Amino acid sequence: MVILSNNDGCVIARSNEAKALGIPMGAPAFKFRNEFKKHNIRVFSSNYPLYGDMSHRVMKILETYTPNVEIYSIDEAFLKFEGFDYFDLNAKGLKMRKQVRKWTGIPVSVGLAPSKALAKIANKIAKKFDKRTQGVYCIDSDEKRLKALKWTPIEDVWGVGRQHAKRLQAMQIKTALDFVNLPDEWVKKQMSILGLRLKRDLEGVPSIQLEEVTPAKKSIAVTRSFKNLLNIYNSLEERITTYTLLGAEKLRKQKSCATALHVFVRSNPFDPNATQYRNGCTLTLPHATDSNFVLNRYALMGLRSIFKPGIEYKKAGVILLGLTPSSSRQITLFEQDTAKHTALMQTLDKIHRRYGPHRMKLASQDLKQTWKMKREHLSNRFTTEINEIISVK
Amino acid sequence: MSDKKDKIIFFQPDQELGKSSFLAQEGISAGFPSPADDFKELRISIDREVVKNEEATFYARVSGESMQGAGLDDGDLLVIDRSLEPQDNKIAVCFIDGEFTVKRLKVEQDCVYLMPENSKYKPIKVTEDNELIIWGVVTYVVKKV
Repeated sequence: MVILSNNDGCVIARSNEAKALGIPMGAPAFKFRNEFKKHNIRVFSSNYPLYGDMSHRVMKILETYTPNVEIYSIDEAFLKFEGFDYFDLNAKGLKMRKQVRKWTGIPVSVGLAPSKALAKIANKIAKKFDKRTQGVYCIDSDEKRLKALKWTPIEDVWGVGRQHAKRLQAMQIKTALDFVNLPDEWVKKQMSILGLRLKRDLEGVPSIQLEEVTPAKKSIAVTRSFKNLLNIYNSLEERITTYTLLGAEKLRKQKSCATALHVFVRSNPFDPNATQYRNGCTLTLPHATDSNFVLNRYALMGLRSIFKPGIEYKKAGVILLGLTPSSSRQITLFEQDTAKHTALMQTLDKIHRRYGPHRMKLASQDLKQTWKMKREHLSNRFTTEINEIISVK
Repeated sequence: MSDKKDKIIFFQPDQELGKSSFLAQEGISAGFPSPADDFKELRISIDREVVKNEEATFYARVSGESMQGAGLDDGDLLVIDRSLEPQDNKIAVCFIDGEFTVKRLKVEQDCVYLMPENSKYKPIKVTEDNELIIWGVVTYVVKKV
């Protein structure tokens, strides 16, 4: 089984069976269509309402085990067991895993260790040898730690990017253990303080802190491939407006304002017969803003400057940049509409929360909402939509 | 003065969450206060009554008549609590050989039966050849009258 990204673009998740058949991560769906058919691989579109709800359920269960939880991503969380010295954590891990499995049906693996980076490695061991570990592995001795470090290739270490991995490999640093044996000064110089913190973490001295509150994003990007190619300016204008407004809503949700924005368009790079074109431009906004109107005015200004007629466009996007907290926003002398816009935007967001997205639009958007994501293999939203729940005989 | 100090930063109040503003519904100064105010309780909520364990609760729709005798009719909505242990005589949603079914569990010494409650249907004896997952215990039935 494989799951495709938004718009059924490429493979973003694979079952063990699909991995074994050699379907790579990020494989473009259209290139592998025959492969899917040949091996009888089931293909699903992303179903974020369902994944989001199931993730929420799992996290809620985990939160009953300790008050210190960092939700790291939709399918990963760090739990801090401080003051649990006299507890059998391995048994706790097994219980946690069993409960999540029973209540939600989601299989999870648990890695226990003194630091986050080591917990990641412990988790990998638990998952890889799930028969022997029952899905729970605890690095609780130096012997186990060294063994685990030796087992972990450098490119699999949490926080080691592709570039660093390449450089380290070239220096014969092949495993996490080789990395830990490097001198501190070298690591700090080559990989900054972050690299050094990682090294400490791997040494068993917790140095990467638990982030229980997600820091506000520094930029917000809304980019999409189109289901069909677009070549008319008006259609692109509609798309850019929609993306800008989506971004603006996210911006207001995290209580930030943007000071600049980037707009880009491009043709289909996979089509050898198409005239290739890609362009983008970044605009500085006159003042930090979270207003749909101001952001959209500038986004469209950008689009006008990069739009080239005669091109079949496949993808476009808007990236909101230079985000600052709304509460400490710089106010300029000549802005007049901000207060009015703020009230209007709050109302707009409330309407969308209550009655669903896209109920209120700007005139440059498509009022008939003919735009749909390409989701041809969508599974049911079993937990968020009453008409899509399971049917039992 | 450095560049930074030249800037004036205005802090704006957060207007969205008016958590601190209580509405004094009965007014403050004059008149007789509503005698009911001291006895206000939460309004009855079906959700609170039926969903004991939010994280483990799922819903399913009945299709067919195999459980008519137990009051589960075609189109009824089932509330399923996966946190409960399946036991003999409980009604459960089961996943057997690739299909969801709702039946009453009958646990014998060495085997399990999935019992329908309609004489037109036969009990399903679960053998080693079947792949059975007891998916969750049914706790409530919601039906339209």
